[in-house]
Amino acid sequence: MFEALSYTFIQNALIAGVLVSLATGIIGSLVVVNRMVFLAGGMAHASYGGIGLAVYLGFPIFLGASLFAVASALLIAYLTLHDRHRIDTFIGLIWAVGMAIGVILIDLTPGYNVDLMSYLFGSILAVSSGDLWFMGGLLTAIILVVSIWYRDILAVSYDSEYALLRGVNVKFFYSLILVLSALTVVMAIKVVGLILVIAMLTIPVYIAERLSNSLATMMAISGVIATLFTLTGLWFSYTYDLTSGASIIIVSACGLGLFLLFSTKRK
Amino acid sequence: MKKVAYIQNLSFAYDSQTILDSIDLTIEQGDFLAIIGPNGGGKSTLLKLMLGLKEPRAGNIEILGGKPSSKRQFLGYVPQNTNVNIDFPIKTIEVVLMGHVNDKRLLFGYGKDETSCAMGALKEVGMQEYANRKIGDLSGGQRQRVMIARALCAHPKILLLDEPTANIDAQGQKEVYDLLKKLNEHITIIVVSHDISVILEYADKVAHINKILSFHDISNKDDRFHTHGKEEHFCEVELLQMLGSKGCKECTSTSSAQDASKNSIEGNVTKSDNNV
Repeated sequence: MFEALSYTFIQNALIAGVLVSLATGIIGSLVVVNRMVFLAGGMAHASYGGIGLAVYLGFPIFLGASLFAVASALLIAYLTLHDRHRIDTFIGLIWAVGMAIGVILIDLTPGYNVDLMSYLFGSILAVSSGDLWFMGGLLTAIILVVSIWYRDILAVSYDSEYALLRGVNVKFFYSLILVLSALTVVMAIKVVGLILVIAMLTIPVYIAERLSNSLATMMAISGVIATLFTLTGLWFSYTYDLTSGASIIIVSACGLGLFLLFSTKRK
Repeated sequence: MKKVAYIQNLSFAYDSQTILDSIDLTIEQGDFLAIIGPNGGGKSTLLKLMLGLKEPRAGNIEILGGKPSSKRQFLGYVPQNTNVNIDFPIKTIEVVLMGHVNDKRLLFGYGKDETSCAMGALKEVGMQEYANRKIGDLSGGQRQRVMIARALCAHPKILLLDEPTANIDAQGQKEVYDLLKKLNEHITIIVVSHDISVILEYADKVAHINKILSFHDISNKDDRFHTHGKEEHFCEVELLQMLGSKGCKECTSTSSAQDASKNSIEGNVTKSDNNV
């Protein structure tokens, strides 16, 4: 086990795991309390369109996925703020159309056979040091934004109508939360893949919500729990030669099961 | 008395459906106004117009001598249904601190002055012991008092409440209204409510809204009155007042007036049946 730690790709995987876990802990908390889980799923799948575009035009895949995810976040923000009617239908559309664009663009790319599976289920062992910089930078940005505007974000999340009355720019902060979620989703795609990202954004958060009495504690606890699940999942994945993303999710689900068992027993 | 709200010929509609039709209403400083009426009659819409959350289709609405949206810092608002979002991990004190959300201050948390102001507001509603409890652990009545504290935190001149006692047990309702009565000593209070029997004990003005508005001054509760058959409008206010009526000079002397008022009641009942 310990000789594995000397490999660069294992080190990168561990660092990426911790960075992504902390980011999903913070952003997952916002996604859950704002009831945006379905929206996050939509953005994750839509970002596949960006992966296809990046492959087709030959620019960095992270960049393409980020562009598509942020564009879909802004579109979703616009739709939610201006026309709540049938919002779920539109998110379903964004979800599927984004994926379809990605598949078609990859079909059209001559002589290129991209490994679809690595985006659907993650490829944490293929994290480069450039990816780590992107992840570290994004995590820093998230921490800064949440610290500086904590009270505004809290007010918008808890009671957006009241926040509006007190002069908070609700549209701006709602869109900001969505854009940060989109970027976090892209970052998590590397680790667990776009299909499994929803579980990573919600399972640690669900446990943390039960243990916290404030949003800030919830974010911190979620981050710690997510890190724990990710590292345990990676260990399983390495030891038994299993897909890393799926291992992380199964470990998280087992963790949730144990938590529910113990928390109901205590009552 | 100073006018705090002046509404003239106000109309509001969603697409082609008229919600409010040419409403006039004047609210004076120190009033305890109850807005009552059937569901969908336009009560909450009027409240949202007064807060500037909706724009009128026609007519004029003036709050504290200006446009509602420009006077929001003087308005305290307690929204309907505080039972939503109760899983949200937030402490009571943090909810109250939201009243300060737009006082410019960067970085995590709140200043000492803001926290002490919020504690003061919690004390005023008798909830200071619950400051560090999770909001979801409180009862409906307690949570409603916290929402009132949040509104008080911004030192409002007018406090507007939308159905503050929906989903609250009888004891909780009484506590909320007793608190409002106490606050009314220095703040104008506007309550949307359907607990007519309760609200009549506390309010001194009543506006009944069902597309059109009918105003009742009930500040002098001994002077029971009824329509004397002269008014088109008849609602629960008159009904309850008639139940408590010992009769008035004007119509005990003439039986014909009594007949007229009876006809008017019946006429109105049939009319409202048709509406349904």
